[in-house]
Amino acid sequence: MKLRRCSKILAVTAALAIAGLGAAHAQQPSSIRIGYAVSKTGPYAGGATTTTLPNYQLWVKEINDAGGIKVGDRRLPIEVVEYDDRSSSEEAVRAIERLINQDKVDFVLAPWGTALNLAVGPVLDRAGYPHLAVTSVSDMITQLSKRWKNAFFFGDTSANYARGVVSVLDQLRKDGKIGDTVAMVSVADQFGIELSKAAQAALDKAGFKLVYNQNYPIGTQDLQSLVNEMRRRNPDVVLAFSYPPDTIAFTDQAKALGLNPKVFYTAVGTAFPLYKQRFGDNIEGVMGTGGINPNSPAIKDYMERHQKALGKEPDRWLSPVTYASLQVLQQAIERAGTLDRQAVAKEIRSGTFDTIVGQISLQDQVYSGGWMVGQWQNGEFQAIAPLNRDGARPALVPKPAWK
Amino acid sequence: MTLRQLLLLTAGVGLLAAAALTPLIGSGYAMSMAINLLMFTALATAWALFSGPTGYISLATVAFFGIGAYTVAVVGEALPWGLVLALAAGLGFLVALVVGLSTLRLRGVYFVIFTFGLAELIRQLVTWYEANHAGSVGRFVFLDISQAQIVWQLTAVTAVVFLLGALLQRSRLGLTLRMIGDDETVALHCGANTTAAKLLAFSLSAALMALVGAIVAPRWTYLDPTIAFNPVVSFQVLIMALLGGAGRLYGPLLGVIPLVLLFEYLSAHFPNHFSILLGVTFLAIVYLVPNGVAGLAERYLGRPRPSQPAAAAPAQPKEGTS
Repeated sequence: MKLRRCSKILAVTAALAIAGLGAAHAQQPSSIRIGYAVSKTGPYAGGATTTTLPNYQLWVKEINDAGGIKVGDRRLPIEVVEYDDRSSSEEAVRAIERLINQDKVDFVLAPWGTALNLAVGPVLDRAGYPHLAVTSVSDMITQLSKRWKNAFFFGDTSANYARGVVSVLDQLRKDGKIGDTVAMVSVADQFGIELSKAAQAALDKAGFKLVYNQNYPIGTQDLQSLVNEMRRRNPDVVLAFSYPPDTIAFTDQAKALGLNPKVFYTAVGTAFPLYKQRFGDNIEGVMGTGGINPNSPAIKDYMERHQKALGKEPDRWLSPVTYASLQVLQQAIERAGTLDRQAVAKEIRSGTFDTIVGQISLQDQVYSGGWMVGQWQNGEFQAIAPLNRDGARPALVPKPAWK
Repeated sequence: MTLRQLLLLTAGVGLLAAAALTPLIGSGYAMSMAINLLMFTALATAWALFSGPTGYISLATVAFFGIGAYTVAVVGEALPWGLVLALAAGLGFLVALVVGLSTLRLRGVYFVIFTFGLAELIRQLVTWYEANHAGSVGRFVFLDISQAQIVWQLTAVTAVVFLLGALLQRSRLGLTLRMIGDDETVALHCGANTTAAKLLAFSLSAALMALVGAIVAPRWTYLDPTIAFNPVVSFQVLIMALLGGAGRLYGPLLGVIPLVLLFEYLSAHFPNHFSILLGVTFLAIVYLVPNGVAGLAERYLGRPRPSQPAAAAPAQPKEGTS
């Protein structure tokens, strides 16, 4: 509400300013209109209000506090138009159409989640808007980036995330820390299926023994039978390609039933602050998707600003990347020196950008510099894969037993 | 043809023509509004073809809508578009036939609960199949079908739905359906084959819903069971038909127009309170306009009308008994 009210005030101010200056100056924009529709309600709300929305708010606040984005020789503040897509594809498509045609925003920020980003992709492409999709992980992105020339993907392919996990396991086995038995469960959603398929292939190739492999419907909260099946097989490695609600449920039930493998991995949600709050000291040693380099000064600074401005911590997977994508947009606008979308998209395609996650360039429209696997070490979700990248630490194995 | 029928016909043709012309004059936003209006008009009217006269409240709308959308996702790129649409409608018809055979003996609230479960069952079946056999839960729909083409196809389907509805009302089948709505036992004793009548109407309405789902699917690019079988669609269709009045062919249209505009207004101006306001609207409709807008209008326009007890009350048998 605050943002909307803020945007209304800004709109009124802008209208008065334009009216006051007369028609000759009406051509000159007095603000940058930025619109977005994210899931504030429905099944995607948990992810959207952890990873996407807070970063949009933080970025807008910081820019407006600094006087705006520099376009040519003027600083233009951001005016926000915000909608709720209610986790529905049809609603998201319509909200984006409303933003483009009715609200006539200058730029549109991406929604949360693979499905919604793919749903709004064609609309943004048709209207020539740059589309900076962050929370969208799919093996399709290489194909999609050929289809949509103004789309940029900051999430990686599922195959890369799965290979990242297996590379960690492979290293641990070489070091003699784990054996070769793996038990795996996955949520029967696009993300879970793609990951488990890719992981299965990579595990086979690396010579691991898959002693259990099962998927469960999205929305399942009772995972006890799966946990029991796993416990019976006593694997060294437990992988769960899960979504936030089942990540919590699975961890909860593994703890209750005493499933204590050497490696315990849960996917989306492990990096959320909620996970830390919920399980306290028990998070030590849990692996998950994402990760950050907590020693990077830029990341440290970002986490402090996030905490201060919004009163909560960011998640430690795609939150920093979301913020970095906005920095890319901002720098591209400043370099283009105009609000012309084609010019800005061209800058994004060709430039190199300084962001909180390091230098980013998007020549092939895909950013693949993100962390694949993280592990909770001393209360921080430390990145551990890709193994040899600057900032990665070795995995701590075995994971301590649940307390 | 009476003056009243002529007026209705002219209004209908005028509205459809206006919808079909939006792509030529309107912006992208106007087009997406037209798609929304046409989609819900076709769905709600198709819903009322079966549920209106019989009083059987179905919450399975999205099951058939989703079947249509999924048909496009699976064979959309392999077959010519006309064939895809025919296949979608055919599948909707078949599934409804099979399901109806075993369940249309249920009455009242049991039928409502069953249809709600049906949509969920189909969603879980599709998920199970996709996860265990297709190896991917989401599907991509890359078809070169423009928004304008979607508008025109929906206009055509809406016209077909109304035409079918008008024919149905004048047919023997329509009479049987209305008898079922009035008193199913009496209908049975009169020698009407009630099961066959219900089955046929249910399947026909399902085929039309599947057709609408197939036409709208290219808007989304990405389709998974949660998107295709979103239960909210069933509820929206139901409440639109009830607001308009399910007993008349044009009734649902009177509910669709205000509600689509209202939903649009609410989500544009109160994005944070949408669900609450939606709930209040539903309550208001059920309490204040139990007979629908069509019922209100006719009361004030002075048409003789027997009292009707329930929201989805059957149409009067006096019209169009041929």
